[in-house]
Amino acid sequence: MDLEETAVKARAFSYFRAARIDQALDAHARAGDEARFIAGGQSLVPALSLRLQAPRLLIDITHIDELRGIRRDGGYLRIGALTRHCEMLSEPLIAEFAPLLHAAAPFVAHPAIRNRGTLGGSVALADPASEFPAMTLALDAEIEIVGPSGRRRVKADDFFIDLFETALQPGELITAIYVPLFKADQRFAFDELARRRGDYALVGCGMLATFTGERIDDIRISFFSVGNTPIRVKGAEATLIGSSLDAERIAAAQGALEGDLAPPESDEVPPAMRLHLARVLLGRLLGRLGEGA
Amino acid sequence: MNGLGETLLDEVDETLRVRFVVNGRKVACEVAPRDTLVDCLRDKLELTGTHAGCEMGACGACLVQLDGQAVHSCLVFAVQADGARIDTIEGLSESGVIADLQAEFHRRNALQCGFCTPGMLVNAQELLSQLAQPNRDEIRDALSGNYCRCTGYEAIVDAIDAVAKERSKSRNAGGGAS
Repeated sequence: MDLEETAVKARAFSYFRAARIDQALDAHARAGDEARFIAGGQSLVPALSLRLQAPRLLIDITHIDELRGIRRDGGYLRIGALTRHCEMLSEPLIAEFAPLLHAAAPFVAHPAIRNRGTLGGSVALADPASEFPAMTLALDAEIEIVGPSGRRRVKADDFFIDLFETALQPGELITAIYVPLFKADQRFAFDELARRRGDYALVGCGMLATFTGERIDDIRISFFSVGNTPIRVKGAEATLIGSSLDAERIAAAQGALEGDLAPPESDEVPPAMRLHLARVLLGRLLGRLGEGA
Repeated sequence: MNGLGETLLDEVDETLRVRFVVNGRKVACEVAPRDTLVDCLRDKLELTGTHAGCEMGACGACLVQLDGQAVHSCLVFAVQADGARIDTIEGLSESGVIADLQAEFHRRNALQCGFCTPGMLVNAQELLSQLAQPNRDEIRDALSGNYCRCTGYEAIVDAIDAVAKERSKSRNAGGGAS
C-alpha cells in the first residue's frame, strides 16, 4: 500500500533541535522560506500531515531555556513563549496576576492538546478562533519578539494584522508575552459559545475592566471567531467607560457591537447570527462583571 | 560553506537515531523526521495498542503518556520525543495502575469495538490523577477530545465515575490507591 496516497502523512523534511535562540535564528536564516519553527506543534503538525504546509526544515525550539518560565518583571508578568496551555491552569502566578488567561484556558481545545500547545505558538499562529491571541488584546499585553534584526516588543493592539498575519516577520520568534499585573480594582470575565466543548467557538469574548467603586474607569473587550483577527470592540468599550453597569448601559454596549463587528459570510454561521450571539455573550459577561466577577 | 541550513536541507528524510524510555525500558530506533510518534510506536516498536485514528489530533485514539502527561502521539514527531519517557497502553496495563479502570470498563460494557479504549483509558487515568472526585460534567469535559462511535459515552462516564469513587474510598480508608 502506498502511504503517500492513502494516509495523513507529512512531506519529508529535515529536523534541527536548537539549544539556543541564536542557533534557531541562524538555521532559519540559512533555510529561509523552507523553514518553520515548531514548539508544541498542536496546529503545525496537523497542517503538515494534511500537507497544508510542506517546509523542508523544522526547527524545534522547545529545548531553548530562555523561552521558558513565568516571572514578575516590573509591572508585568513575563510569560515565556513555551509556557504550555495546561500551565495556565496550574501555575499560581498566572492565577494571581493574569487570571483572564487562567479563565480562558479550560476552553482551549482538549486536555491532551493543552499538555503540548504553547502560548507563544498560539499567539504566533493568530488563529482568529483561538482564545489566547484575543486575550492578549483584552489584557493590553506586549509580545516580545526576537529575530535577525534584534529584539523588540509589540503591543497586542499592533500585533494582529489580518487572517493568520501578524507583526512577526519571516525568521522571527516570540520569546515571551508580557501581561500587565492584575490589580485589586480590576475585574475580568470570559466565556464562549460553541456547539461542543473543545470545538472552535462560534463566538468568544474576554474582558478586563478597572473600577472605582461600581464605575468603570477603563475596559478592554476582545472578541474571537468573529472576523479575520481577534477584535477589540472599541465602540462598545466607549459606551461603558465612566458608567456603572446597569441594564441600560449593557444594552447600549450591545447595540454598539453592530458598528464594531462585521462577521464574514460563512457556510456554518450567517453573519447576523454571529452578531446576535456576540450581543448575547457580551450581555452575559457584562452582567457578571457588574456582579463583581 | 559548511552551513547548518545547507547540511540540514541535504538530509531531508534521512533517518535519525532516537532514544526513548518506553514502558520503563530503554529503546533506540531509526526514524525519519516526518515519522510521527504513533507510527514509530506501532511500526518500529510493534506496540500496536496505541491506535492511529484521524491522525490530526481530533479523535484521541492515539493518546500516550509523554513524560507523564497525556498527549496525542499523532501530533508529535518521534524526533521531538527523543530522550523522553513514554508510557503506552501496554505499559499501563502491565504495571496494573489502570487495572481497576479496565475492569470497570469491561464490567459496564464501556467499549464495543475497542478502538477508542486505549485513548479513553490514558485520558481517564490522567483525569483521576488530577481530580480525586470529578463530577460527571468534569468527566465528560475531560473526554471531550476522545471519540467513541459505539457506546454513546454513557457507560464510559459511568465506569470512570465508579472508579473515581472507589479510589477515593480506598484512599480515605488508608488503602493507598495508586
